Amino acid sequence: MERFSLERNGSTLILHISEELDHHMAMQVSRTVDTQIEKGNLKTLIFDFTGMTFMDSSGIGMVMGRYRKMNFLGGQTFVSGIGDGVDRIFTMSGLYRIIPKYEERIQGA
Amino acid sequence: MKKENEITFIFDSCSENEGLARTVLAAFIARLDPTLGELSDVKTAVSEAVTNAVIHGYEGKEGKITIHSRIEGNTVSIEVSDQGVGIPDITKAMEPLYTSKPEMERSGMGFAFMEAFMDDLEVVSTEGEGTTVKMRKTIYSALNLS
Repeated sequence: MERFSLERNGSTLILHISEELDHHMAMQVSRTVDTQIEKGNLKTLIFDFTGMTFMDSSGIGMVMGRYRKMNFLGGQTFVSGIGDGVDRIFTMSGLYRIIPKYEERIQGA
Repeated sequence: MKKENEITFIFDSCSENEGLARTVLAAFIARLDPTLGELSDVKTAVSEAVTNAVIHGYEGKEGKITIHSRIEGNTVSIEVSDQGVGIPDITKAMEPLYTSKPEMERSGMGFAFMEAFMDDLEVVSTEGEGTTVKMRKTIYSALNLS
């Protein structure tokens, strides 16, 4: 069963994940995404959470950790496909102050 | 319907079992007919408590985690216990954004979420002996039915 998938489009990497995102899952996803980041030539990283039914605070750590790596390399990070459950977690943690929704990004920024 | 119900289960401390623990609790409280939001609240709180036991209590080493849960009327109480290292300063550990393991990309939001998603949260810990997280939540959709 496909638990998450990566889509590479030029310098953009999209991670699609709808599996329940806890500490266990976050460790696996982080490793996979980091391998791609370390390959280089990545300008934009998008976390697509479409269909995600569950996330705990480990999801925040996972997104923030990848954001730090992308930021260090001069790239941008976005989140996308946010449902109610994930939105509540991100809002409470203040994540949107650092990582915008892809749908609400400022074009050309 | 029976007004009280109780479950205790013990499992190995490992990240694979985080999903198992919250799924068991979700099934256990299904009889209270929670809303999706209430179900998600309980699952998140259990996931945070179990993750804390795995990462902080046992520091990734072997150990057993015990969950004891009880339904009384419309209220579910949940206790997550480990016999790990314990928490030296509970007040500090419960501060939002505080984490003792930033290198592991912990957000420091675990206790904050448990507090926000449950009605009551109590943490009892003794260094070298372990930690018990006690949480309680009233399921209001069940209240409306009774």
